[in-house]
Order: sequence, then C-alpha cells, then structure tokens
Amino acid sequence: MSYLEYSIKRVPSGFRKLLHINWALAVLLTAIASVGFLMLYSVADGNIERWAEPQMERFGFGMALMLAIGLVPIWFWRNMAGVAYGISLLLLIAVEIVGDIGMGAQRWLDLGVMRLQPSELMKIAMVMMLAAYYDWLDVNKTSRPFWVAVPVVLILLPTFLVLRQPDLGTSLMLVGSGAAVMLVAGVHWAYFASVIAMGVGGVASVFLSRGTEWQVLHDYQYRRIDTFLDPGSDPLGAGYHISQAKIALGSGGWAGKGFMQGTQSRLNFLPEKHTDFIFNTLTEEFGFIGGISLLTLYALVIVFCVATAIQTKDRFAALVTLGIAATFFLYFGVNMAMVMGLAPVVGSPLPLVSYGGSAMLVLMIGFGLVQSANVHRPR
Amino acid sequence: MRRSARDTDDAARKVTRRALFLGGCQAAVVAVLGARLRYMQVEQADQFRLLAEENRVSIRLIPPARGQIFDRAGVLVAGNEQNYRVSITREDAGDVEAVLRRLAEGIPLTEEDIEKTLREVKRRSPFVPIIVAERLSWEQLSWVSVNAPALPGVQPEVGLSRVYPLDQDFAHSVGYVGPVSESDLAQLENPDPVLQIPKFQIGKVGIERRLEDALRGSAGSRRIEVNAAGRVMRELDRREGDEGADVVLTLDAALQNYARIRLGEESASAVVMDVQTGDLVSVVSAPSFDPNLFVRGISSADFRGLMDNDHRPLSNKSVSGAYPPGSTFKMVTALAALEAGVITPETTVRCPGYYEAGGRRFHCWKRGGHGAVNLNRSLSESCDVYYYDIAQRVGIDAIAAMAERLGLGVRHDLPMSAVAEGLNPNKQWKRERRGQDWLIGDTINASIGQGYVLSSPVQLAVMSARLATGLAVQPRLVKAIGGAEVPLTPPPPLGVKPQNLRAIQQGMYSVTNIRTGTAYSSRSDDKATLIAGKTGTSQVRNITAAERARGVLRNDQLPWNRRDHALYVAYAPADAPRYAVSVVVEHGGGGSGVAAPIARDILLFALHGGIPPLSAYPAAQRNRIETQHRTMPLRDPGQLAGTTRTRA
Repeated sequence: MSYLEYSIKRVPSGFRKLLHINWALAVLLTAIASVGFLMLYSVADGNIERWAEPQMERFGFGMALMLAIGLVPIWFWRNMAGVAYGISLLLLIAVEIVGDIGMGAQRWLDLGVMRLQPSELMKIAMVMMLAAYYDWLDVNKTSRPFWVAVPVVLILLPTFLVLRQPDLGTSLMLVGSGAAVMLVAGVHWAYFASVIAMGVGGVASVFLSRGTEWQVLHDYQYRRIDTFLDPGSDPLGAGYHISQAKIALGSGGWAGKGFMQGTQSRLNFLPEKHTDFIFNTLTEEFGFIGGISLLTLYALVIVFCVATAIQTKDRFAALVTLGIAATFFLYFGVNMAMVMGLAPVVGSPLPLVSYGGSAMLVLMIGFGLVQSANVHRPR
Repeated sequence: MRRSARDTDDAARKVTRRALFLGGCQAAVVAVLGARLRYMQVEQADQFRLLAEENRVSIRLIPPARGQIFDRAGVLVAGNEQNYRVSITREDAGDVEAVLRRLAEGIPLTEEDIEKTLREVKRRSPFVPIIVAERLSWEQLSWVSVNAPALPGVQPEVGLSRVYPLDQDFAHSVGYVGPVSESDLAQLENPDPVLQIPKFQIGKVGIERRLEDALRGSAGSRRIEVNAAGRVMRELDRREGDEGADVVLTLDAALQNYARIRLGEESASAVVMDVQTGDLVSVVSAPSFDPNLFVRGISSADFRGLMDNDHRPLSNKSVSGAYPPGSTFKMVTALAALEAGVITPETTVRCPGYYEAGGRRFHCWKRGGHGAVNLNRSLSESCDVYYYDIAQRVGIDAIAAMAERLGLGVRHDLPMSAVAEGLNPNKQWKRERRGQDWLIGDTINASIGQGYVLSSPVQLAVMSARLATGLAVQPRLVKAIGGAEVPLTPPPPLGVKPQNLRAIQQGMYSVTNIRTGTAYSSRSDDKATLIAGKTGTSQVRNITAAERARGVLRNDQLPWNRRDHALYVAYAPADAPRYAVSVVVEHGGGGSGVAAPIARDILLFALHGGIPPLSAYPAAQRNRIETQHRTMPLRDPGQLAGTTRTRA
C-alpha cells in the first residue's frame, strides 16, 4: 500500500495528530531517561550540574525532535530514506578522509547542541533505506538471490566504513539491525541459516586455529578473548574493569545499597560509571528490583514497537518500526550483556540512560519515525 | 507501482509473523538477561558483597602508647612526649616548593630537607601526607597554625615519641627504643602487625628490649573506607588499643644520678643493692650516653664517637662486664675454708712475702710479707699468702661451690641486655673447656680472685649482700609492672654457720675501721653508718720474674689499658646492713685508693637518701668532701621530685 492509497479522511491531520501520538511510549521513554537522570545525579555525588542537567537538556531536545518527526507523515520519511542513507554514507566517507588528513580520528559532527557521529546516524538511515527498499520491491522477489544481494551491499558498505574507524561495536550493530529488517521483510530462512552456519564455522576456525601456523587473529586479540571468558585470570589488568563492574552489580543484592550509597561507584572502583557501566551503579544502589524494572521498561518499548508494526498496514512503516526496535534492542542488549559479563567489553552505552548525546539523539529520531508510523496509520 | 491486494495482505501477514518471531527472540534474550541479573544479584550476592567490602574497607593500626618507666619513687625515667610535626599533601598544596619555602620562614628547614621532601612528594600519590619536619617546638607549631592560610596543604600533627628525661642516668639499665629494623622482624617468630607501622619504635637494648612485650601494649585498629586509588574517604569505626604497661623499677633516680656523676670520667661501674629485698637501687656504668640520641636517630659522627671511645660508653659494665674480682674474692676462699673446717678464724699463716708451691714462687702484694696472719688480719690487710695457703687446704672445688652460693658465676635473672655469667673455675671446668689438668698454681691464682675467675659488678654486689645478711638474696630490678607489684619472696638462708659468717663480717669491718685496714681512709665516722668492705686490685697483666726483680711498675707508669682494675665491695651499716655496694673502676689502679672512696660516697648517699652530712666523714677529709659535693654537677632535686606517676 502506498501513500497514494491512503484515504486522507482516515488519516488524522492537523492538531488531531497530537491525539494519535503514542503518548504511552513517550511516557515510557521519559521514565527510562529519568532513571538515567537519577543515576547521573548519584554518580556525580549529588551534583546535578555535572551530568544530569546536560542530559536532561539533551533529552528535552530529543523529545521535541521525536514529536516533530512524528507529526510529519510517514510517507515523507519513506521518500527521504534514500537521501538520508546517501548523506550518512557521504558523511562517513568524509569523516574517513578528514580523519586521515587531520590529527587522528575525527568521528564527530558538531550540531551545536550536541555532537553526532555519522555512524550513529547511519543506524537510522540504514533501517529507513532497507525498509524503503522492501516497500518498493515486489514481495515475490524478496528472496531472489539478486534482490537479497542488494540490501546486503547496502548493509556492508557503511559497516565496512565504520569498521575502518575502527568501531567494532557499531559495525556489528549495523549488521544486526540490517539483518533484523531483512528478516521481518520476509527473506527466506535459508539465507539466515547459512549465514549463521558460516558465523559458527568462522568462530570455530578462529579458536581451532589458535597456536597453529595459520591462526586467524593476533595473539593480543586472543588474550582479549581470554580476558572476556575469564576476567579473573587478569584481575589487575584488562579484566579489572569487568571484575569491578560485576562486583558492583552483584553486591547490590536484592534491594540494593540505597540511593547514593553504592560503594563501588562512589569509591571509583567502577570504571566508566556514568557512561557504559551506569547499569552497574543502578543495580548496586537499587539491587535486582531496580535492574529488573529498567529491563522491563526496555522490554515494554519493544512490545510497543512490535504492536505498532503489527497494527499498521503500511509496509515501510512496519519495517522501519521493527528496525528501530531491533536497533534499540541491540543497544541495551549488548550493553547489559557486557556489564553482566556475558559479552566482551565493546564500549556501547545503555540507551537513554548513559551520559552522552549521540545514541540518545539517534534513538529519539528513530522513535520519531515510530510515532509517525503510529500517527499516520489509517484508522 | 501497483500491487495486488493479495500480495499486500500476504506480505503484511508475513511481516506480522516475522515480527512476532523477532519479538519472541528479543523476549528470550531479555529473559536471559533477567535470569543473569537474578543469578548475580540474588544467588551470588553474598560473594560479591564480600568482594565489595574487601575493596572498600581497609584496616589501619593505631599504635599503642608505650608503657612508661618510673624509678622506685615514681620519677619518670622513660616517657612519651608529644612530637609536633608538620606534613604536606601535594594535591592541597599546589606548588609544593613555593609552600615549602614559605614554611622555611617559620620552622628550620635546610635546602637539603626541602629537596628530600620534594623528592618524596613526587614519589607518592598526591593525597598522601609527607612528613616535612619533626620535633618542632610548640611555638613553631603555633606559627604554622597561624599562617595556615598562606600554607595550603600543610598540616600540623601530633605523634608520640619516646623521651628519656633523665638522659644519661638510666642509659644502660633502661636502654632505648628505635625504629623496627629488618633484623628485629627476622628474629621474631610471629611479629605483631603493629611493628609494620612506619616509624614504630621498639626496645633495642636494656629494659626497653627485655620488657618489650609488656611495654608495647596492643594496637588498636581503625576500619577505614578507601577508594579505588587508595585515598581514605572516612573512618568506619575505631577500636582503641591497650596502652603498654607501666614499669616501676627498683632503681632510685637520685642515687643513679649521684653515682653516675661520682664515677666521673672513669670507665667504671657501681651497683647498689638493698640487702634485705635484693632491690637494685642503683646500677650505673660510666661513661654514659644520651639515649635520646638513638630515639631521634643518632648522627653517624656521634655514633662513631661512642664506638671509638676506649672507655666503651655503650657497654653496660655493671652487668655485662666480667672482671677478675681480685681480693674481693678472698671472702669466698675464707668462707669455703671455714665451712670446710680446715681453718678457724684463729688459724695463723706465716707470710714471708711469697708462697712456694710446685717449684714456683707466688708473691704477696707486700714484698716484705705480713708475718703471722689470722683471718681478720688477712682480710683487713689483704694478705695474699694466707689465701694461697688455705686454698691449698680446702681445694678449688669447694671454693668454686662457695662462690656460686654467694652469687658469683651465676647469671642472675635481670631484664637487661648481655647479662654476664662470669666464671667460677674448678677442675671439671678446666678439663672440659681447656682440656688441661687443674694445677696448683690455678688454685693459688683463683684464691685471690685472679686467674680464671671472672665476676660482674652486680654479682659482687650480690656477694656482699649475702655476706651481710647470711641470706641468699636475689637481685631484682623491676618493682611493679602494669600496677601489679612483683612479689617479694623472703630469701632462703645461705646455709653457712653463723659464727663463720660473723668472722668474715668482722674481717670486712676491720678493712674499713681499723687503722691498718686497706680501706681505712674510706671509712665513715658516723656510728650509724659504719661500713664493712673489702678492697680489690686485679691485675690485667702478668708480672714476670724479671720485672719483679727490676721493681714492679707503678700503675701511673703504665698505659691506661694495662693498669690494674680497682674494686671495692661493701655493705653498711656494718651492724645492721641495709645496702651492699660494688664499685669497679677499670684500669683505675688500687682498690683502696680509687674504688673504695667512690663506694663509700655512694653508700652514704644511699643511706641518707641524699647528700650525706659532712659529719659522716672523717674530720680530716671533710673540707675535701665538701668541695667535691659542691662541684658535682648533680641533677636538680626538683626535677626528680616533680614528676609524678601519671600518663603524659
């Protein structure tokens, strides 16, 4: 169904759109961000100006941005997908070149209010691009090899550029969210099964080749993997951070040590306590109850997105919503797995909670698209 | 682009199916994360909590205040003084050097001190306070406090440090403390963790060392919270330690001071003992040293000065010195012979000035001889031949046994360092230790306290106390520890016949109180404080026959370290003994001329509890004694009386 088929009468217009904004999602996002404000206030030892206040300003800006995007018809965003993807790609290339010319990695784009990484922008642009692609593509051609190869190229092109920065975490997330869009678009199972099989084979070869003449990775890379698998083996070196993070989390216990009472974070045993490891501060001070609550809020966001996607009849809207949901899921899933010691430390923030603008801005833009899909759903 | 409605519906259904599948996968991951969270925070929480506590809590020891040491009257001998110091913390100071230069305007800091501090500051974390100067006066500390705004990061502090207010008087007996050394730690089986505290001081010698366990007390502890960089955030709780036990000595500070000054520049020692209780009221070695130097860290020049001095100021001669007792040993030989029944006090021996035995001549100190000598005369005039003769009759083993009964050659249990055992030689000893047979000459030498016989001044004092009382008095140095009196057990009787003991006592009385006595000039003229004693002059060299033929050199013709030791043992009052004394002056010359006057002065001081009245002295000596007392640089009695037995 294309936008031309929408009956203008059945789609809200003017200020009536505001009624159809998914306010529950907005409240949910505000609740998650508020957890962040609280924790940023706590890790700054009760100083609101240090982290919490700038974070609030950024969130307010993000919220406004989300509403603004949400009020713009979803078909406009579909038409903008190619432009967004193209600009993001150009920015990535530009950053690559400037980074080469300048004194080191220049990955940032200054927007005045906050700085933005093109690679973050690419996460949304790519989801939009793939959704638009599958909206355009004849459904019956979805699983033809050529039409599968096109989105793979669309995914791998920016992934390659990001990998060169080098930013392994972001490139993996690009692959992950791209694959999620392809999955929900209906690409045949066999493609995914074979990619997963190749992945398993690749990992196996990495490990089995260790110590032989044709080993795949460098020794130091193996050591990093060792540290991840057993942080205790190097408690004062690379494993120190993750060990201390786990101590912070575990020592919170059932109900936590109390607001601003977390010893691990207050005494600086916890690294990156306001960014990547903020979840450990939360769980140290509010315990399992606090941790599981935040996890539930995140899960609810996913549920809202899936519900929105299922309700809409517009293919682009559904795919974009699910793509954003997948991106959001990857953000908090990777971060939480990392801080709980289930995944190696790759340096990814906890979405909407960690101090920092890029991820928040990108996600609020994404949720703006979700809102737009919701608002402009024919009723 | 137009699509059929069927296609679109199919696609929408497919999206819905796949969306639910993807949502299901995500839900599964969320469930795994939730389960992991529960596992870590509920199942493993205790383990992690323990780790977090270990991270955060650090235990610091609080050094206990060391027990104080007092003399028998409660005069402070070793105390703890407030040690005012200033420290600097880099992160608070900013420009450390500039602050130090400003600090140098108010407290004495050399360029070297500043450089040392700067180096130390650079080496340590920015929040660690570094001690800049110690032992400041109250005025200097006040200056620092007043100028605090101009001295950022500078912190005045107070610590405790050992101080010996009577400095040289108790240097040998009490000893001193010093920082714990590696070898101190190595010697201990299970070192107290308090010893690891930087600058913690433990007893190095003397009572400070021997009573270390009682004096040290036990450390308190502070549980503190530290952050990841080791900075102290706050104190969680605090358990005060137990202060060390106070020790009260049997020594008398006034007498210690008098005896030390009286010994003067000699290399000498004096021991005064209460004959009834065995309390050592004075144990002095001269020359002495200031133990405070060691507490503060002695300079290498000062230390070399002490080590190179041939009078050995660091040696506690009273208990560590082992000397041939010379004629002071004659009571032992005589009592052994009397007890064995080989002589009576009336037995006479003819002294021609020498004694022949085994083809050798053994000389009496008096070349012309004493003629017919009985016990009393043998002691008062110190005839050697008499003892050569009776020693042959009684035999060395009986003499050695008697020496031991009188407290010679026995390591008395005293809490001082390097307590000498001395030596009472007998036949078995010589066989075992020298692999030689005992010779007649050995007995003859031993009979007058020469040859192999060695005794320490404290043993000689014990001997005269036992002779004075007939009781096996044990010397004791500690009166009370931690407020608990050390119990006094009545000494057992010596087990010698009273008439024999009386004969010896009469002989000793004659030494000082009849005109021909060797110590007559060192008598007391006061009937209440009559002295009984015995002089001794022990050779430290052999006199060859050739030298004897040429004429024996007088002591003042010899180099200092070849001269005879001068000894004197005594007790007083002669009729109702209270104190026994022994004085040994190394290479001092004759016992009667050098040691006896010192011993008499000390005894009279002890009996009078202060400077004795001139009436106690023979009329002819009073002028000289008066001058002597006037010029002695004694400690102000106010300083000795002023201290009370309270905590600093």
